[in-house]
Amino acid sequence: MSRRVVISGLGPISGLGIGIEQTWDAAIAGRSAVDVISAFDASGFACRVAAEVGDFKVNQFVPKSYRKATKVMARDIALAVAAADRAVRDAKLATSGTATEDEPRSYDGPRMGCHIGAGLIAADLDELTGALATSRNGDGGAFDMQHWGREGMKNLYPLWLLKYLPNMLACHVTIIHDTQGPSNTITCGDTSATLSIGESLRVIQRGDADVCFCGGVDSKVNPMAFLRQWLAKRLTSQGNDAPGASVRPFSRTASGTALGEGGGILVLEAFETFQHRAAQCDGLEPYAELIGFGASQTLHPESRNLLPDPDGEGIALAIEAALRDAGIEPAQVDLIIPFGMALPQCDQAEVNALRTLFGAHLSDVPLAPVKSIAGNCCAGAGALDACIAAAALKEQCVPAVVNCDDPIEGVMAASAPARPAKIDYALLVGTGMGGQNAALVLKRFIDEAS
Amino acid sequence: MSRGTPTSRRRVVITGIGWVTPLGHEIEAVWKGLLAGESGVGPTRGFDASTYPTSFSAQVKEDYDFRAFVGEAPVHDQVGSNTAFALGAAAQAWRSAGLEDFDDLDRKRLGIYLGSGEGSLDFENYVASNLDGWDEQRHVVDGARWAAAALQRMDATREVEQEPNMPLTHLAMQFGARGPAYNCLTACAASTQAIGEATEILRRGDADVMITGGAHTMIHPFGVTGFNRLTALSTRNDEPQAASRPFSADRAGFVLGEGAGMLIIETLDHAQRRGAPVLGEIVGYGSSADAFRITDMAPNGRGPIDAIRSALTDAACEPSVIDYISAHGTGTHENDSIETKAIKEVFGENAATIPISSIKSMMGHLIAAAGAVEAIVCVLALRDQKVPPTINLENPDPACDLDYIPNRSREAKVDVAMSNSFGFGGQNDTLIITKAP
Repeated sequence: MSRRVVISGLGPISGLGIGIEQTWDAAIAGRSAVDVISAFDASGFACRVAAEVGDFKVNQFVPKSYRKATKVMARDIALAVAAADRAVRDAKLATSGTATEDEPRSYDGPRMGCHIGAGLIAADLDELTGALATSRNGDGGAFDMQHWGREGMKNLYPLWLLKYLPNMLACHVTIIHDTQGPSNTITCGDTSATLSIGESLRVIQRGDADVCFCGGVDSKVNPMAFLRQWLAKRLTSQGNDAPGASVRPFSRTASGTALGEGGGILVLEAFETFQHRAAQCDGLEPYAELIGFGASQTLHPESRNLLPDPDGEGIALAIEAALRDAGIEPAQVDLIIPFGMALPQCDQAEVNALRTLFGAHLSDVPLAPVKSIAGNCCAGAGALDACIAAAALKEQCVPAVVNCDDPIEGVMAASAPARPAKIDYALLVGTGMGGQNAALVLKRFIDEAS
Repeated sequence: MSRGTPTSRRRVVITGIGWVTPLGHEIEAVWKGLLAGESGVGPTRGFDASTYPTSFSAQVKEDYDFRAFVGEAPVHDQVGSNTAFALGAAAQAWRSAGLEDFDDLDRKRLGIYLGSGEGSLDFENYVASNLDGWDEQRHVVDGARWAAAALQRMDATREVEQEPNMPLTHLAMQFGARGPAYNCLTACAASTQAIGEATEILRRGDADVMITGGAHTMIHPFGVTGFNRLTALSTRNDEPQAASRPFSADRAGFVLGEGAGMLIIETLDHAQRRGAPVLGEIVGYGSSADAFRITDMAPNGRGPIDAIRSALTDAACEPSVIDYISAHGTGTHENDSIETKAIKEVFGENAATIPISSIKSMMGHLIAAAGAVEAIVCVLALRDQKVPPTINLENPDPACDLDYIPNRSREAKVDVAMSNSFGFGGQNDTLIITKAP
């Protein structure tokens, strides 16, 4: 019999805001964070919009003693560190990152785990090119590898590589919060965060940790990462005049996605140890229970797995596995947070997958995509979605749906304001470039003691 | 807290192995080379590293071509080296597991869990685009100029193929895998962790068969630059084959290797039902984080100690039953002394009697792929009752005073083997593998 697992803290970070209050406010208001890109000059691209986190100082999210280490954090890492700080505080956990020296810690280090999804982190172009430019032949000539090997590379500071290793998100988070248990970094494109949440769930269920920080964070609003997404034909070029309306999941006028920055970190906790903590901490209540997880792989060689198979068979396998794991029927699902990246082929495949399992009943279940307002946070997307799903269960409220006046057939995905609803079970769907699929089932937390 | 009693979880066995390494790309030939103490290190061929602080590495042999293993397939055109290595290693493992001739495999119950690294950068076009966009006066890259250059130079497929989940994606297409699919990237621990987590997926019953392992190369201009700037690599340019010196007093950094190791693992039930060759059983997996510093291991070895102890607890076995340890043994000053300390702490008086070796002395450090290749070494040690040496060990470090099987392989009774991997950034993973049940 595996252990019950609850979601006890949320640390979303995205253009919608930092922390769950700001994020949920934006979600119920349907306030899009997609805007003209400010992080770099995107005028050379046909897509010039994204949802950025904007200015933020990572120093505000780390203990004083750790400020020096923030110098070797790429933006992905800094965002993850901030998200973890919000999640830990939201869960009212005392860790080495949040507690004072003499305050007792909520958990021993080895009972804490950390599973964070990460993207391929792009090197800072100015920093790297400044070094490369010292190894040009003559004035503005070609790059000279022999000069680089001898002299040029010395212009990069010694710890340069460490800024860009994907496991450095988890590395910094584990150091700050003294998380010594199982730790992993999952790098499966847009599905990374969802898979990471699933892995934390399994680690706690089998007893290898009592609490885990999980989710994912990505930042592709930089020239190189942006270029890769553009070349993969995922970004819309139709949103430059009205950025907030540019990402239109499940709409007949969907034309591609916009990138978002961020994602989030969630705190998963074994219910038994959570209860123990709750007994000593007023007002501590889980957002939701995590009761189901499933994963699968799409096969669509025609697109080299960059797109789902048109029938969504691969996606359906993950959803089916998650529902089976949760022990519920599709008819019991009250809310779906879909992947919904607003790429027509992808949206249609996802709907087809859902229809395979839900049948005609699908049109009765609200779909509330997050990417319409936060863009696609890629490796962090599933974590932001999970934060929204958990908050929706706690608030018993379906978030606002925007940018979809003309939904594709058979789904309840039309624009609508936020509304109160009885939500017992929420389903989250993750997929992405490469074809890894994952789904989660969250359950409304009901305190049986009261 | 135990992870379910042995009766409530499925037993997991290894039924197929394959690798692509600097010593070759065929199981028996590479194993023979390892037992003979051969080195796969030589001058770096992939790019002009002649003026780098480190001008050598351990590269996959020039005659390696993944098409020799999987045939011509447009779906694999323009893959990165990591995927090319993964395909050859997985095809060997698939064949050795007898899956080529087994038609009844339920592909929805076939999963993949890899610990693979990123594909190689399109270096030439990347650097040229950056330099085209460079504004010398303002000392920044001009966005519009850069985009114009990059959009003209860069190729969509080559860029996508750099994503670390691409080896996974290509293996899925090659073998029709539709079950749970993951790639993790915990630096040098990645493929050990992948095998451990794949084992957990099978134990739970979420798949019948998993393809697991890893593939990686960091032998490219920025990879070597990064490690050279960290001063993590040996710079013994005049004697490349003597450069990887795990546990030696004069060790001075690791040697980059590249390649892939792949295993087919499945539930014992499934293997028996289809009459598969069983090569070994994975009985223990432990994982921990150092949570110490981004650049250093905790000097008391607490991370490795936790991973090793957790694997022993998982296997429900006493430390005394371990007959062989495939060490992480990178040849850096820090790793080898801390790993030794951790082994002594866990094994106590027995530590000195356990044969330990680091095959990184011969094939360099395959980074994300290292753990999978080393797990395969454990399988072969169990099969042949022979343990490979740690070469270049003429001057033992007084702080490393265990039996590292110096320079010559030997016969040994090996019923239970352990493989350690400790990643840069503090992820530690340990596997325990026994002879076929």
